[in-house]
Amino acid sequence: MKDEPTNSERRDFLKAAGGAAIATGFPGIIRAQSVTNAIKVGLVGCGGRGSGAAEQALAADDYAELAAVADIDQSQIDQCLRTLKRISKTAARVKVEPAEQFLGLDAYRKVIDSKVDVVLLATPPGFRPYHLAACIAANKHVFCEKPVSTDAPGVRSVMETADKAKQKNLSLVAGFCWRYNNMIQETFEKVESGAIGRLVAYYATYYTSPVKPMPPASARPAGMSDVEWQIRNWYNFVWLCGDSLVEQAIHSVDKIAWAMHDEPPVSCVGVGGRTIRAEGGNIYDHFEVNYLYPNGARAFVANRQMEGCYNENSDYMLGTDGACTIGRGPQPRIEGKTNWTFSGKPYDMYQKEHDLLFASIRKGQPLNDGKRLATSTLLGIMGRMAAYTGQQVTWDQAMNSQEKLFPEGLDWKGSLEVKPRAEPGITKLV
Amino acid sequence: MRTALALVLACVFLAVGAESQTAAEESARETRERANVRRIYDRVQARQDPRAARKASPYTVTIPNTTVAYEMVPIPAGEFAMGSAVSDPQRKKDEQPQHKVRVDAFWMQAHEVTWDEYRLFMFASQAGDIAHKDESVDGVSRPTRPYVEMSFGMGIDGYPAISMTQHAANKYAEWLSAKTGEFYRLPTEAEWEYACRAGTNTAYYFGDDASKLGDYAWYAANSQGKYEKVKTKKPNAWGLYDMLGNAMEWTLDQYAPYQPGAAVNSLAANPWAKATKPYPHAVRGGGWNDAADMLRCAARVASDPSWKQQDPQLPKSIWYMTDAQWLGFRLVRPAKPPGFAEMYLYWNSGLEHDEQ
Repeated sequence: MKDEPTNSERRDFLKAAGGAAIATGFPGIIRAQSVTNAIKVGLVGCGGRGSGAAEQALAADDYAELAAVADIDQSQIDQCLRTLKRISKTAARVKVEPAEQFLGLDAYRKVIDSKVDVVLLATPPGFRPYHLAACIAANKHVFCEKPVSTDAPGVRSVMETADKAKQKNLSLVAGFCWRYNNMIQETFEKVESGAIGRLVAYYATYYTSPVKPMPPASARPAGMSDVEWQIRNWYNFVWLCGDSLVEQAIHSVDKIAWAMHDEPPVSCVGVGGRTIRAEGGNIYDHFEVNYLYPNGARAFVANRQMEGCYNENSDYMLGTDGACTIGRGPQPRIEGKTNWTFSGKPYDMYQKEHDLLFASIRKGQPLNDGKRLATSTLLGIMGRMAAYTGQQVTWDQAMNSQEKLFPEGLDWKGSLEVKPRAEPGITKLV
Repeated sequence: MRTALALVLACVFLAVGAESQTAAEESARETRERANVRRIYDRVQARQDPRAARKASPYTVTIPNTTVAYEMVPIPAGEFAMGSAVSDPQRKKDEQPQHKVRVDAFWMQAHEVTWDEYRLFMFASQAGDIAHKDESVDGVSRPTRPYVEMSFGMGIDGYPAISMTQHAANKYAEWLSAKTGEFYRLPTEAEWEYACRAGTNTAYYFGDDASKLGDYAWYAANSQGKYEKVKTKKPNAWGLYDMLGNAMEWTLDQYAPYQPGAAVNSLAANPWAKATKPYPHAVRGGGWNDAADMLRCAARVASDPSWKQQDPQLPKSIWYMTDAQWLGFRLVRPAKPPGFAEMYLYWNSGLEHDEQ
């Protein structure tokens, strides 16, 4: 990965020092760093993915420093910093003093206010629209994990925020990582160039084991508030995770959007439910959604999170002249009138996201994935709505949905009722 | 210590990361592990091997409390020239200089460890390890539950297990030793090449003619982009299948240059390049995705962090090499089991975490 052209370009640029950087008209915050050339990074959400993103940020730029972190749990912060300090190439640039380690639901604001240049957003997705809006309002560049919201109002907020980022020349790079994978890029380019003819159907599977099953109520410590209990078990609550279609299978949903040129579908129908009994949370354990596109093409996404079942994570694109398969064996392949197999070396897509983000900052040429981050997230939410309600859902209905899942006035010590699990035919489309 | 990492492919979920342990946690883990290796050591010592008195011959082991079996093939003690000859036009620098090595007798698994075997280790309930509680079996740390299906659609029954870390292979060896009372470990790089050559000194164990490779191996030219069932090609002279091709195979050794100037006549006995860092380790035999030159007996591959690059979490999984869908292993059983300290070291390199 280290011989990618963008990397050497960036390094040269960096070594040319601040003068050139100022001339290209950066947002002020980078200009202010021209003496030391450091880019200060703040991390919001110190779990496994947040820690991974921090490592990639530090690896992307020789002068990136981790300067501030936020989480709800000090032990998670400790673990994150301990791990980062064990990586020799980044250890010296983990410079997070105890005063820059923030805890609680407002910790993200303290990270933003701590004079960082770039913020990495890696909390559960329910928080993301608020965190992202605050970052852009404060002129921060952002790496934003997927998905970006759990409801449509959040998606609309992100679309506004993405526009503001563009106006302010701020970079906003999304964690839809396959878009940054050369192997998948090349595959989609082949399909785009007509290798399978006209695309008529896309079938995506995301059959996996469960992610973070809900612990029994007896495991809840005495005195722990509803809000804390739910956030600590965030994957089991729709307002926090968006359900598995939106939180995990969203990678497949995003590839569907990619194949359909990020144009919205007309409508979708879906089925879903919970077959494995679980207490305490309100998510489903399976979905299957069928999207209809304006040209008559169909896209199907099926996901399941159960133990002991057949697992598969693949994509099948069916065209008038052939088929493209991703995820059956290591290399994507096309069979039909054209026969092709990816033969290159795939690079590290997570690292690529950060390499390009930091290069964009150094060059003063902002990247902005915000719109498709929002629309791919909504595509998942739309499928969930169809499965939850049992109704056909149009894109416009989804885009204009007034269903707000994220609670108002969230309080760490507060009580919060768990909404009942959705029931198709009874749950209303809002 | 069972870490709580679930393997993920290209996805995000928080607070499920492998634990980056504090020094105190690490020390407690080591104490527990030493006690467990001691139990397994005692079991191996106590076991009366009915075959020990007889001439070594192939035998079959059925994994206790299961119906899954594998075959062991005797490999006689001997000497061989390790590395490629200067006359080999395909020789690579890291196979030089060719040097003489002596290895003691051992048994080797006739085929790569299959999913049928490895999944017993991944899922305790399938191995009868829940119903038949055993302290030493229970004490071996097992892989975290995989998030996706690890054969990636290439097949399970009779196919080689793939995409595991060297740490996972070591723990499999420890688990199988606890289950059977026979001592197992990964082969050293020298043992692997010696067994592969089976007395030959040509580029392949059937000669130098790569055009015959299709009779013996699954590789880029005939694999159709995936691995195949074990034992579907011809074995070598000692009865070992798929030493070349199908899955590449882990060895114990750090990947390191052979000693420069090592004279052909200075004999090394049972060499083992003990690892001091997580990467690179030596991997042998080439895989279904490799061209003929990487299937030569002397060819060496260095493990690389990119073999895990689809794992988005930090710390990365210590169990899965998400991107190495051509990487497997097989085990050896030395004729003479090692002492306690060595046994511990074979199964615990202390290098399971990438970030070291």
